[in-house]
Parts: sequence; structure tokens; C-alpha cells
Amino acid sequence: MLRVISPGALCTIQDLGRPSYRHIGVPVGGAMDRPACVIANRLVGNPPDAACLEITGPGAMFEVLTPCVVALAGADLGATFRGRALPTWASAHLAHRGELAFEGRRWGARAYLALAGGIDVAPVLGARSTYLPGEFGGLNGRVLRAGDVISAQPARDPARLAGRVWPKPPDYAPQVRLLPFDQPLPAALLAHPWQVSAASNRIGLRLTGPPIKVDAPPALDSFGIFPGVIQLPPDGQPILLTADAQPTGGYPVIAIAIQADLHRVAQVLPGDALYFARTTHGEAVDAWRALHALLALPVEEDEGIALAAAARG
Amino acid sequence: MSDWRVIPMGEAAVLAECTLADVAMANAQAHALASALAAAFDVLPAIRSVLVRFDPLCNTLDQVIASVNAQIATLDPPDVREGRIIEIPVRYQGPDLSDAAHQLGLSVEALIRLHTAQPWRVLMIGFAPGFPYIGPLPAALTLPRRATPRPAVPAGSVALAAGFTGIYPARLPGGWHLIGQTDLVLFDPQRTPPALLQPGDRVQFIVCCA
Repeated sequence: MLRVISPGALCTIQDLGRPSYRHIGVPVGGAMDRPACVIANRLVGNPPDAACLEITGPGAMFEVLTPCVVALAGADLGATFRGRALPTWASAHLAHRGELAFEGRRWGARAYLALAGGIDVAPVLGARSTYLPGEFGGLNGRVLRAGDVISAQPARDPARLAGRVWPKPPDYAPQVRLLPFDQPLPAALLAHPWQVSAASNRIGLRLTGPPIKVDAPPALDSFGIFPGVIQLPPDGQPILLTADAQPTGGYPVIAIAIQADLHRVAQVLPGDALYFARTTHGEAVDAWRALHALLALPVEEDEGIALAAAARG
Repeated sequence: MSDWRVIPMGEAAVLAECTLADVAMANAQAHALASALAAAFDVLPAIRSVLVRFDPLCNTLDQVIASVNAQIATLDPPDVREGRIIEIPVRYQGPDLSDAAHQLGLSVEALIRLHTAQPWRVLMIGFAPGFPYIGPLPAALTLPRRATPRPAVPAGSVALAAGFTGIYPARLPGGWHLIGQTDLVLFDPQRTPPALLQPGDRVQFIVCCA
């Protein structure tokens, strides 16, 4: 059980989302970095779609109230427990009361903290993900605040889950591969890095750079869209849609980021740069297959971490 | 000549768009295609299109396009099933009512009479959970969006824009013309079903004086 001392920039409860309500306007939502969420869960023996904390940027701090087994995946936000470094892509037994702090941003944007058993909140529309615009899911549909208490559902023999290590994290090169949509890829998308604007959120990354002009994109009635779609509003500044994007939209679509690179998109923050590259259908499918295989790898036991944890215990 | 364009949308999706000029026909076709494909794929019908998502490790893009085209080839003429009719009581006192009537060259009474004259189809739910795109409206009720969107539109606002009428399910930013207000709750995630309206339903607006 954890108590939030400080949520940092943004901390929400997320799982893998609610795919079955898009026809009534409810986005799938869920973790921005789905592979990291899955890996954090697998490290502590949870089903891949158990609810985790999605911790965005540095500054989050928690008090561990009762012993628990946790795992960290995704961004390295300088996690420490009682002052000692807590490794990313590994699980650990937090056996005492003490402070769990995320004090620095060494790499990435979003860290996923899984608790053995999964975070215990009531599912809404079949998922525990927080959908902030709709104010439902997670903890009362809102961001976590100081004083909130997070508890896990019961886990079987959790101590055996400590000291496990993920053998191979996903590749987080800051480059996102694109496929065209309906017309050739606009060369301007590929010509230079794009700055992630402060207006970005879980709905989409708003990218700033020299405005893109496309030849009279046809006016379209709203159609189905999904994370990875790149829209071009009239101001010429592209929007790369992410987890909480609406299921339908009417802006012209100028490119599609491949599914296997969406975890890279989840690990940038306003002020960072994002690079786009052209890819092919075959490469996109190969990358998806490789990511799928990576998420199916067996968890490794790290005796060093387990022994160190035991020695501290 | 086919009335459809089938376009790959990345490595794991295909968009099938019906190009019929008549929005009501195109929408009925899109829903019929979505139903036909729903057993095999993850489908999302919209105003005149169906998004088909698939796992490229299970199906190739060519297989999916072939399946979509095969279903298009056997689609019956647009489905004219009568959807269930949902009555929506409206207080026609929205802040844009007289301005919208003026822009349409109608009296306020004539606008209300046209809006309540017949049931309209729920063509799509989008923009926000439970937000229905209802129509298609005749030219006499077709207005472009407001030049300046409002940062917040109250829940229950009944609105017009771009050949559709819609109802704001929650307090949201919005650029539609607000002509009235309903007390019905369009979306409640704790309710079953959560959305009052489903695509394919028909909506009959009725004047509510309360």
C-alpha cells in the first residue's frame, strides 16, 4: 500500500484500456507506453492488463505504508527507495515503510510502477484506466493527488516475485517510422526534427515546426482514427494521436506512425524533439513481430538483486 | 463503378469509405459493411466509412483488403431498417437560436418546426463519449460551424452544424450553434448501456415547454 506524497507532473492509474466502447465515442485509452506497462506487470506476476501507476516526468514521491512487491518499467526517473536506487526493468520487495521517490529525469517521460496483484480500483466500462477528459476510470476519474492511498489486490506469495529482471527492454530510439496514408508522405515531415509542444497531452503530441502544406486535402466526414495517426489541422502543425485520442476525427490524415514505435512516442515530453523516418509495410510488420516476441520473453531471476534485497531486508 | 474506396491505414488497419453523395445512404452502407465484417475484424463505422483494424501477425493486409472488397461486392442495397425511435424533449431556448434562424433565413418557429418535423438518424457517436452526430439535415437546416468555438458548452445543449444536429453529453468546448437544451443524460459510464443513443437509432426531437 502506497500513499501519494507528491504526484509530480502527472500521475494516473492506467491499464491496457477499454477497446469495446469506441462506437459510443469512448477511446481505448490506457498506458501511453503499452510495452512498458505489460513488462512491469509481467515482472510481478500480474496479467498484462493489470492496472499500474503511470508516472509522468520527475517529482513523484510516495510513502510505502505496508510491504509490497513492485516493478518499474519505461522511463528512468531516478527512482529510489529509502535513498537507494531502484532499477528500472526489474522488480523489488519494498519490505519496510519508507519513501519511494522519482527525483530526476535521466531518460524518457513515463515510468510504470506495477504492484504485485495489480492496483485495486473498480473497473469502469471494463477497464481501470483513468480517462481524464471523461472523468471516469482509475481513482474517481482524476489525477492522483497528495494523500491518495493506492492499494493492490491480493497477490499469491509476492515475495518470490522480487528481484526479477526483464531480459531485453524495447528499443527507444527517438525516431518514429511512418507509412503514408492515401497520398505520398509529405517530405516536410521527414525533413527535420519536430518539437513537442507544451499543448501535448495523453490525447496527442502537438508538434511544432515549419507549417506543412498539402495540396487541397479532401474534406472528409469524420472517420475512425487511432493512436499513431498523424492529423494535419489547418494551421499546418501536425498532431500525432496517442492513447486518449477520440475514436473518430475529421482532420486530414497525412501519415501513420507504425504500431511498433508508439512506445517511443510515449517517452517524449514537451520540449523534446521527435524524428520521423519513412518505412515500408514489410518493415512495419517485422517490427511488430519483433516487439510481440520481446514481450513474450521469459522473466529472468536476478540473484544479485534478490540477495541484495534479502541482505537489506 | 464501385462506390467505395479501400485505403490501407498503416500496417494494421484499412479504411473503407463509401463515396455515395447521399450521406444517409452512405451511412447505411457503412453500417451494413461493418456488421458484415464484425465477426472477423475489429470494425468501427463512422459517418460514411468503416475502420477495420487487424493484427498483421494473424492476417496480411492483402487478405484484409480482399475480405473487405468481397463483403462490399455482396452488400445489399442500403439498409432501410427502421431503427428504434428515441424521443428527446428539448427546450428551444439556446443562446444561438435566433442567430441560427436568422442565418438560415427562417423564423425561430420555422426552425423549431423543421428540427422536430421528422426523426433523424444517429449516424455516428464521436467527438466525446456519447456525442451523437444526428442527421443528415436538409439544406434548410445546414449551417457551418461558428467562427469562434466556445471554450465550454453546457451538458445537454442541442446544437446544429455542418448538416448535423448533436447533443453535448458533457460540458465540453464546442463550435456548434446551440439551439436548445435537454435534461436527458446522454452518457453515464456507470449506467448500462452507458450511451443513451446508439448508431442507427432514430431521434425525434419534441418541444418541451417545462
